[in-house]
Amino acid sequence: MRVALFVPCYMDAFEPEVGIATLNLLRRFGVDPEYPFDQTCCGQPMVNSGCHDEAKATEELFVRNFTGFDHIVVPSGSCVHQIRCHMTAVEQTEAVQQVRQRTCDLVEFLHDVLKVDGFPWAEFSHKVSYHNNCNALRGIFHGSMSERREASYSKPLSLLRMVKGVTLVEKARPDECCGFGGAFSVFEPAVSVKMGQDKVRDHAAAGADYVVSADSSCMLHQKGCADRLGLPLRFRHIAQILNGDRA
Amino acid sequence: MSEGPRLDSDGLPALLHRELRAGDDGGARDSLGGRLTHGEATSRPLRPPTPEPQPRGAVLHRHRPVDHDEAAQRFIDAPRHEKMHDERLWDLRQKRDRQMHAIPEWEALRDLASTVKQHTLAHLDEYLEQFEAQAVANGIHVHWARDGAEHNTVVHGILADHGARRLIKSKSMLTEETGLRHYLAGVGIEVVETDLGERIQQLDDEAPSHIVVPAVHKLRSDVAEVFARTLGTDPGNDDVHYLAEQQREKTRPVILEADAGMTGANFAVAETGTFVVCTNEGNADLSANVPPLHIASIGIEKLIPRIADLGVFIRLLSRSALGSPITQYTSHFRGPRHGGEMHVVLVDNGRSARLGEPQFWQSLKCIRCGACMNTCPVYRRSGGLSYGATYSGPIGLILDPTFDRRRYSTLPFASTLNGSCTNVCPVKINIHEQIFAWRKVLAKSHDIGTAKQGLMKAAGAILAHPALYRAAIAAADSALKVLPAFLVANPLNSWTRGRDMPAPPRETFHQWHHRTDGGRKQAP
Amino acid sequence: MSSRDTILSAVRANRPAGPHPLPELPIFPLDDSGDRVAFFRQSLEGMGGRSWIGKAVDAVGALFPQAKVIASLVPEIAGNRDMTAETRPRDLADIDVAVVRAAFGVAETGSVLLIDQALVVNAVAYLAQHLLVVLEPWNIMLTMKEAYQRPEFHQQRYASFHTGPSATADIEGILIHGAQGVRSLTVLFPES
Repeated sequence: MRVALFVPCYMDAFEPEVGIATLNLLRRFGVDPEYPFDQTCCGQPMVNSGCHDEAKATEELFVRNFTGFDHIVVPSGSCVHQIRCHMTAVEQTEAVQQVRQRTCDLVEFLHDVLKVDGFPWAEFSHKVSYHNNCNALRGIFHGSMSERREASYSKPLSLLRMVKGVTLVEKARPDECCGFGGAFSVFEPAVSVKMGQDKVRDHAAAGADYVVSADSSCMLHQKGCADRLGLPLRFRHIAQILNGDRA
Repeated sequence: MSEGPRLDSDGLPALLHRELRAGDDGGARDSLGGRLTHGEATSRPLRPPTPEPQPRGAVLHRHRPVDHDEAAQRFIDAPRHEKMHDERLWDLRQKRDRQMHAIPEWEALRDLASTVKQHTLAHLDEYLEQFEAQAVANGIHVHWARDGAEHNTVVHGILADHGARRLIKSKSMLTEETGLRHYLAGVGIEVVETDLGERIQQLDDEAPSHIVVPAVHKLRSDVAEVFARTLGTDPGNDDVHYLAEQQREKTRPVILEADAGMTGANFAVAETGTFVVCTNEGNADLSANVPPLHIASIGIEKLIPRIADLGVFIRLLSRSALGSPITQYTSHFRGPRHGGEMHVVLVDNGRSARLGEPQFWQSLKCIRCGACMNTCPVYRRSGGLSYGATYSGPIGLILDPTFDRRRYSTLPFASTLNGSCTNVCPVKINIHEQIFAWRKVLAKSHDIGTAKQGLMKAAGAILAHPALYRAAIAAADSALKVLPAFLVANPLNSWTRGRDMPAPPRETFHQWHHRTDGGRKQAP
Repeated sequence: MSSRDTILSAVRANRPAGPHPLPELPIFPLDDSGDRVAFFRQSLEGMGGRSWIGKAVDAVGALFPQAKVIASLVPEIAGNRDMTAETRPRDLADIDVAVVRAAFGVAETGSVLLIDQALVVNAVAYLAQHLLVVLEPWNIMLTMKEAYQRPEFHQQRYASFHTGPSATADIEGILIHGAQGVRSLTVLFPES
């Protein structure tokens, strides 16, 4: 099984420790992913703004980097949603379609491919509020959605429940968007900030010490809001918890 | 935690804005004293904090696109209004969820409603002809209007033929589209809206901010001010029962003396030539049944094939809109009443053109329930008037650009693309995918603004070339200029308006991987 | 070309591709626990309506002791205001209580169907201050789907489901009965 690791651009720059945790976590399960060195970005920043033509060369580079792998693992549901559902500026050759189909998010890879049944090295004795990235939830179906009449499930929560010590807290509006939204966060700052403030206040009101998510982008935004409001919330990627970070 | 939201001590889902929790609000109760929650009622009392003036909607310029963010900021800066608006519409969403959970076949009903609408739209010419033939056979006069202007002329013509000077009307988004009220005022016809919320908006000379609850952005103090100014009520009395009763008393004589009544329609049934109007106040039935002349304006997309199909749509409409099993009144008009005259105006106004757009024709399935607005976190925090358009919220983002591409070119960007709208839509319109598709269309035609497009072009060029990209982010301060493009590289520095910046990178993952050979050789 | 023909030809030219067949409408079961009247009353109560079981002749006196002007459109209850098909709607504005017979009821929602034939003048059901609707206990459809199989929708010029009274919550979500139409709706199940 040839596995590649894609570390999204914002994570590469702002959250390198999440990439490291992802790499180490995969190695704990006997998967040693390759890291194609010319990787940059999945194209989402441009595509999210409607600029598909402007994303074409970036998408082509992505496909060149990741052709030939059985799985391309990404610690971001949002980037996976872009690659799987929206990477259409690049010509849809067989290779491109294969790359798109073989790209999966870390949670999916652990839950659906490796079908892991425990993280014996992990312990996280804190109150955790889990944040669903909207692309991960409603785009690649990490869990059931509150708007739909469907059986309740959650892939990330079923993984977190295997970690010793984790106490999951329930917040109001559990799957409401936090207002990041890519380009939305800069072109609609009024509502973006308000949504972010409401979200972090909700985490805090539910008694959370830590906010955990499978996407760093939402958490960059939420952390910015929480810091500005002076809320004592800490933010961790699910990879860090599953890899054994204690705090 | 994903099993359900946190509950408050009243057993209902926790409030985000706890400061709004109130005691008894005097709302209607059942015979045992239990709180009733049908119609657009909240499921628990909410009370706004201290008074503040009502924030107004988007400032419109003739040649400039709507600045949604600017209007949204003013709405958010009126926290009393914003919090009530957010909590009240979220409450409607939760009432909707409770109705959904009570119906095991909910998702099957949505599938059916979507399929019936798709079928109808794909055979719309046949169903329109069938509807017309049936309606005419029942004694209804049927008119056709290509656009809003023609619709207004047709309505004026019917009124003029009858010498009608006083028109009462129930709420209709179509007549908002065509600007009918404004037009009729110009030709000397007095128009009075009979829906309470719409009447409030008419008296305040404001457009409806929501397609189902038109004055939802207003607080009781705002209504008291409007009524005092226009109806002569006591400016110091903002008791909601007082305000509603005053409006009833002052509207009743107008209803009794009107020469003509107008309604819209929620559905038009081809099989029988029937049109169906759903209201909670009964005002459409008064408008239709008291004056001798009834005119109904109906968009051509309102067609459904069979009476039996109503068994699907009526079950979904009010449950989705308000979380109420049905509207108080669901009225089926099949022909003029004894001694009365009935006219139907079938209006196109851009609908037939949209039918031919493969990416967007499914938006014609819309039954105007407003569920997408209630669930939309952006709409709830910005208010419907911030969109500066007839239709606001998610459905507005995909309808408005079809009316005026330049003016509404910014609206598809007033969304986080979170997808909740698509999930609540009772006719399964892929709303957030259409918002996404609109962005692509607008970028292709260079309607998204040169600054934004230039930024994306620059970002795309850097991200497509690993060497350029690595060089650009090699130093901390330059990394912040290009990375991530959507986060920092904007001329407005809008990120820091309410958020702290993330700490600049010390070492990228890429550098770490290079330095340590992927962690195999750790630095001492 | 007329507007009609312009619109129809545009619709024809822009017809979406694909077969898009019309679906059959399946039957979804609903359990009324064997007591349909109780189920109906519970649904009605949730929509702000009331119900009353008793002798028809006693109903108005028991429910509306203050009422002065009563228009009855059912033979078993006496009123004091006559109505014919020629009565102008505006002359109905002083009615305190209107009594009408429902074509049938719907348990799923607590609705009653009022038809023009029974109303004589449609507006009476909205201009009266209170509405009393006579519904025979055997005459309740279980679901909306069943309701729409009824012949009234193919025969009557006007047919309206009333589910509780006129209601609004357009100001701050506070529920008020009697927005524009009747202030209360009571369903009378007559006992012989």
